[in-house]
Parts: sequence; structure tokens; C-alpha cells
Amino acid sequence: MDTQLIIFLTFILILSIALGFELISKVPSTLHTPLMSGSNAISGITLLGAMSLAGLTEHHKLSLILGVLAVIFATTNVVGGYLVTDRMLEMFKKKEKKEIL
Amino acid sequence: MIDILINFTYVISTLLFIIGLKKLSSPATARKGNIISSLGMGLAIIVTLLDQNIISYEWIIFGIVVGTIIGVLGARLVSMTSMPEMVALLNGFGGLSSLLVGWGVFHATHSINLLIGTTIVLSIVIGGVTFSGSFIAWLKLKELISGKPFLFPGQKIINSLILIGLLITAYLFNTQPECAFTLLLVMIGLSILLGILSVLSIGGGDMPVVISLLNSYSGLAACAAGFVIQNTLLIVAGSLVGASGIILTQIMCKSMNRSLTNVLFSGFGSGKTQSKQVEGTVNPITVEDAYYILESAQSAVVVPGYGLAVAQAQHVVKEFGQLLEANGCDVKYAIHPVAGRMPGHMNVLLAEADVPYDQLVEMDDINPIIESVDVCIVIGANDVVNPDARDNKESTIYGMPIINVDKARTAFVLKRSMSPGFAGIQNPLFFKENTRMLFGDAKQSVQGLISEFKG
Repeated sequence: MDTQLIIFLTFILILSIALGFELISKVPSTLHTPLMSGSNAISGITLLGAMSLAGLTEHHKLSLILGVLAVIFATTNVVGGYLVTDRMLEMFKKKEKKEIL
Repeated sequence: MIDILINFTYVISTLLFIIGLKKLSSPATARKGNIISSLGMGLAIIVTLLDQNIISYEWIIFGIVVGTIIGVLGARLVSMTSMPEMVALLNGFGGLSSLLVGWGVFHATHSINLLIGTTIVLSIVIGGVTFSGSFIAWLKLKELISGKPFLFPGQKIINSLILIGLLITAYLFNTQPECAFTLLLVMIGLSILLGILSVLSIGGGDMPVVISLLNSYSGLAACAAGFVIQNTLLIVAGSLVGASGIILTQIMCKSMNRSLTNVLFSGFGSGKTQSKQVEGTVNPITVEDAYYILESAQSAVVVPGYGLAVAQAQHVVKEFGQLLEANGCDVKYAIHPVAGRMPGHMNVLLAEADVPYDQLVEMDDINPIIESVDVCIVIGANDVVNPDARDNKESTIYGMPIINVDKARTAFVLKRSMSPGFAGIQNPLFFKENTRMLFGDAKQSVQGLISEFKG
């Protein structure tokens, strides 16, 4: 990994942190929990890393095991996170509809 | 060619995450936002399978299937009252997988230079702290261990020593390749220990801050893993999550008028900082008497707290609210930003019970009009209605904004016993002249009131 690449990745890091702050500066308190669990699901993006690790050919046995475990945990994070958020938001939604009616 | 396809798809995923998060922060579009973000995730997962470095699929598929089953079951079975535990656990899983990826890449890489070594260290340390910290938070929320802060002499020194130990091990890890594996295991151990110790020392009442901070960490862990495998999507998605977690943490700290360092290191609520004894008499009230007062009330404000979640009383409270309304009383629910154990905890519970959205009011909107409220009904809240936070400079919670329940014409407090709340401090509200204590399980008390109304 060369220095150029690290600098490039650091650029991306800084810009996305700045973007994150701008994006979510004002959140009504009703949405605090869904925002938290929804963004938590996104943090399961580590799954991509876990997948490439579990799919290597010349794998070291240990790194295969670690990769598969990482896939399991990250998938649980992703799937569980999105579904639970959807379940919560559905409750909010349902109520809004009733108000309209 | 395939690389280009993968990377362009990652760009699309990034865009979907950004749009998704944007929509997630507004009530009308939140659900759509969550779906958009999940599409971004799905797309990224599918296209990653095309990666030419991936040769064997069976294990990946196995892992995804197992993870999906656990995730679906977990998300379907969890009750709304135990949502904080669920979020803590999922956070921990995210952190753990970053740790595992960092560790696995260490074995899969033949030559480890300083740059890649450092990224592996970061991924392992942030992942480890997130994992063990979330796990302890989960144990505390499940009440498998005490919610009180666990403090011992020299704690700060030990935490600092662990940090220094981590720095030294990280340095050696990069300079002594022959014992790198041992050092890596030491690093895993130290970071897990650090996560455990730092969350153990934080009291249950401060959980909203801890949960949102761990949420932020889980993003940073993904970010670090992104550096390890040099994947821009991981870095972007991870930092978006990191930033949103920090914002929530700030909101929570501000609602308690405390700094983040104070929350993390003060061992707040350890009970060692007892405030002065409150003088006065407690006025208990029976369900029947409470009914007579409520029956003639023109306006009522329910102030829910963690006790509402513990007693699972959200549905009966809603029914009770409806009965009051039918009786010509104006009903509102006043929600303190840090009521409960995670940001927005009370909103989720009341939404589950179908409490109309327009009846929920925030602290800053209710306080100016609270003097005209006939009855305030405090259900399972304690520290967020403690007048000492406003009046008593000696109090440990002095300065925290509260809902001024004591200024209402009458305040009912539903409470099991006179034991102090999580902060371990007495609440003078209970001794005020206009306060009536309705002792007993909150759910049963409210049910009692309901049958009085119906009866």
C-alpha cells in the first residue's frame, strides 16, 4: 500500500465525515432511534471486507474461519439493523395514515 | 473491466446511502430513506461477489445465510421495549466483524508494511472496543449486570495504562514481524479490556449517550476496516455512520448539560455524591383518590421515563390517555430527550402503542405552559423531573434541563418505592406539597385508574 493511496483514502475519509455532519445536523427526537439503528445497519458494510476475506483461495485456514465469522456477524448487523429500523418506522407511518383518514 | 463495474456500483451505493440518510432524518420520508439505504447495501453486496479475487463462494453464502437467519429472527422477535439492547448488540456485531476482518487480513497478507500494519491495528482496536463496550452495554440494559457505574481506585490510571500498552504493542507489531501474531493477540485482549472497563464505569442513566457513542464507534470501525482492505465504500459509509453517531451523542450530552468527558469518566451516579437529605413529608395517594382528581382535570401531561419501558406500560398508558380525553381532558405526553435508555426511546414506545403524534411534546414546548397544567403524571421517570437540577447548586445533576413537573398544579408520581433513581440522588419533587405518590407497579396503577374510569 503506497502513500499516495493512503492520502487519497484519507481525503475520502475527511470529506465523508464533513458530509455526514451536514447531512444529519437536524433530527427530530422521534427519529433518534430509527436514525441510530438505520445508520448502524450501514456500519455493517464491513461485510464487503469480510466477504473478500472469506472468499480467498490460498487461504490460511485461520483467516478463512475469521472471514466466515466476520461475514456472519456483519450480515446479522446489516439484516437485523435494516429490518428493525423498518419495523419501527412502519409504526410511525401507520399512525400518520390514521391521522390523514 | 469487472473492477470498473464494481467501483462504479460502489459510487451508486454511496449515493444511495447519502440519500437514504438524508431522508432518514425527516419523519415523512424516513421509511423510504431506510429502504433506499438498504438497496445501496444490497447492490454493494451483490457486486462484491463479482470480485475476481473471490474464488470460493460456498463459505460466503453459508455466512450470509446464517447471518440473515439470525438477523431476521432477531429483528422480528425483539420487543419494542428491548430495542436499546437490540441496537447495542447489533453495534457490537459490527465492531466484532471489523476486528475479525483486520485479524484475518493479517494472516492473508504475506508482507506487512507500516501502512497496512497501522490500518490493521486501528481496525482491531476500534472494532474490539466497540464490540466489548457494546456487549457490556447490552448486559447492563438487559440488567444481567448492575446498571450502577462500577468504579475502583486507580481506574483512570489503569485505563491510561491500557492505552499506553496498546500504543507500545502497536509499535512493536510494526517493527518486530517475528512475534507479530502474539502482539496481535495482546492487542485484541487489551482493546476488549478497554471497552469493558470504559463502559462498566458509566451509569445506566447515561446509556443514551453511550449507545449513540458506540454507534459512532461502529462506523469508525468499518472505516478502519475500509483502510485495511483499501475499499472506499467502507470508508465513506463508515464515516457517515461515525458522524451521525457523534451528532446524536452531542444532542444527548446537551440534553443533560454535561460534556462528553464528564459522561465518560465521572462515574456519574455511583451514589458516592449523595445530595443533602430532603426534608418534608411524602403524600401517598390511592388509585381511587387519584381518579377523583383526574376526573375533574382539564389538562393532563404524562411524563414517561425508563420505568414505563420496564413495566411495559405503554399500551395501558395510551388507553388511559384516551379515557382522559373522552372525559374532556386535554392530554399530552412530555418527552425529555434523555428519558429512557437510548435516544428517542420513549417516542418508539409510544409510537408502538399508537399514541397520536400530535400529543407528543418536547421539553422546551411544555415547560412554558406547565404552570397551567392541572395534573402531571410522572410514569417511571425520576432524574429528568428532579427540581434539584434547576434549584440546588450542590446537586450532581445541577444544570441538567428538566421538565418542570413540580410547577404544575398537581403532580402524580407513579413509582414502585421511594428508592432514588439511577443517579442515586433523592428527588425533592416527591416531597412537594402538590405532589402525590401513587406507589406500586406503574402498569397496575394505570390499569387501576382505567377501571375506575370505566367503572
